[in-house]
Amino acid sequence: MNNSLWSDAIHRLTRNKAAMLGAFILILLIIVAALAPWIAPYSYSYQDLNLGASPPSADHLLGTDVLGRDLLSRILYGARISLLVGFVATGVALVIGVSWGIIAGYAGGKVDSIMMRIVDVLYGLPFIIFIILLMVIFGRNLWLLFGAIGAVEWLTMARIVRAQVIGLKNQEFVLAAKAMGVSNLSMFRRHLLPNILGPIAVYATLTIPQVMLLEGFLSFLGLGIQPPMSSWGTLIKDGVESMEEYSWLLIYPGITFTITLFALNFFGDGLRDALDPKTTDG
Amino acid sequence: MLAIFIKRILLAIPVIFAVASITFFLIKLAPGGPFDADKAVSPQVLKNLNEAYNLDATNWEQYIDYMTNLAQGDLGPSFRFPGRSVTEMITTGLPVTFELAFYAILIALFMGVFSGVLAALKRNTMFDFIPMAIAMIGICVPTFLMGPLLVLIFGINLEILPVSGWGQLPGDKILPSLTLGFAYAAYIARLSRGGMLEVLNQDFIRTARAKGLTEKMVVIKHAMQGGLIPVVSFLGPAIAGLLAGSFVVETIFQIPGLGRFYVEAAFNRDYTMILGTTIFFSAMIVFFNLLSDLAALWLNPRSRDAS
Repeated sequence: MNNSLWSDAIHRLTRNKAAMLGAFILILLIIVAALAPWIAPYSYSYQDLNLGASPPSADHLLGTDVLGRDLLSRILYGARISLLVGFVATGVALVIGVSWGIIAGYAGGKVDSIMMRIVDVLYGLPFIIFIILLMVIFGRNLWLLFGAIGAVEWLTMARIVRAQVIGLKNQEFVLAAKAMGVSNLSMFRRHLLPNILGPIAVYATLTIPQVMLLEGFLSFLGLGIQPPMSSWGTLIKDGVESMEEYSWLLIYPGITFTITLFALNFFGDGLRDALDPKTTDG
Repeated sequence: MLAIFIKRILLAIPVIFAVASITFFLIKLAPGGPFDADKAVSPQVLKNLNEAYNLDATNWEQYIDYMTNLAQGDLGPSFRFPGRSVTEMITTGLPVTFELAFYAILIALFMGVFSGVLAALKRNTMFDFIPMAIAMIGICVPTFLMGPLLVLIFGINLEILPVSGWGQLPGDKILPSLTLGFAYAAYIARLSRGGMLEVLNQDFIRTARAKGLTEKMVVIKHAMQGGLIPVVSFLGPAIAGLLAGSFVVETIFQIPGLGRFYVEAAFNRDYTMILGTTIFFSAMIVFFNLLSDLAALWLNPRSRDAS
């Protein structure tokens, strides 16, 4: 691995204020989500039936929902699901996309053109509809949701990785390794993968907000996370249903979701600029 | 050029055929039949129903049947709304969804191209920073949040615009179109800014300026034609996104369009409706992708003259 590239990149990244703010918010969110059972003031399902929907107060900092549940606690628990979907589904997309791209790029020729033709065709399909279809047919469960979202988000990753691998394929160190009889698997692991980690990291960071949006979208339509579990998407959905009287139920989850997406996008953009100064367009 | 056109169109047909086949068998995988609903039906009735909908045939026969009808534009009867055909429901919902998507795209293009081009021309000034900051908001605030927020502000607090419906009250088309268009305006603004920045540094722009053309002419006649190619390529995939957006917007504003029908069909497990709309949406998306690819190819003089 080229150390100076990474230390340069980290140097550039730390000077980018927006990206650092994004990273700070993300780390904070991850800690808060992980510790939710200990730091949330109430359980996500605890109901104070005397209250019903109450505006923010000293006891309930962000108020309570129609069923008398503490909104702050529900947002904290929702962070677990939303972030989990974001990371796991991106992980699925990463594994499929990187393997597909490396194999296509390295094999070249017929294999490459068939594999990329498949990607082209899949690109043109209404994937959102297929996810909905899968959720309808196989029931709405969390693991299926991870898989389904991951399975549709890998296409761009495959294209990026393939292009990178084609660029590397004919460089001396790869040819040398090949001449020494290195097996395909260790060629991928030892020689190709470390050299394309940069673009992969950048694209993965930018995929997470896409995935979270998709989950929010499905949950909003009622086809994603099912009660009693809640993600930020389901909280927004609930908020919309009662926003005429109790607008805080829409506004606080909405703000949380938006800030998180901002943080992820800022951090991703910063990472891209840091790793590839050429693409910086000001 | 013509050869590319024909090749691309021929390639699209097997894709739609494959989508139709995969969707058909996916739906056959779904547990339970379409009629094991809430109340028990007597065996005889069930048998008649299955016969009427051709469900007692083997999967293979049903598939052949469905494909034959599909080729003639017949998507079969709806399982949930007896007496209505899927084709009929699509033709009722489609004009509404098209109108909504059309306004949204119009808003997105006007807002996006204008602010993107302006931002590129006035790089690193207020005219660059402010529209780009707004674009970032457009990208980060999802449609399903933007819609309700607009309703809350303009419909409930200010009470100046209707909050639901389509074509019943004056002005009820404004909020849905704005909601759907805003996210795309943001993407288009970023794309046109990037595209314009790239073009503005090139030699032919310098030549145009050296010829003594006014800055307005340089921008409109020379720079925009090349600088906006990314926007044209984006419009095809954007249609797919608009469709997903229409699910949300039509649900929020209770608009009787195709998107809302689809979401309802998904909830009601109206399998023929799901199947029919999926095939229809896919065909539409393949078609629009084709259109925007060809337009982008044609706009780019290099690929236009190459063939």
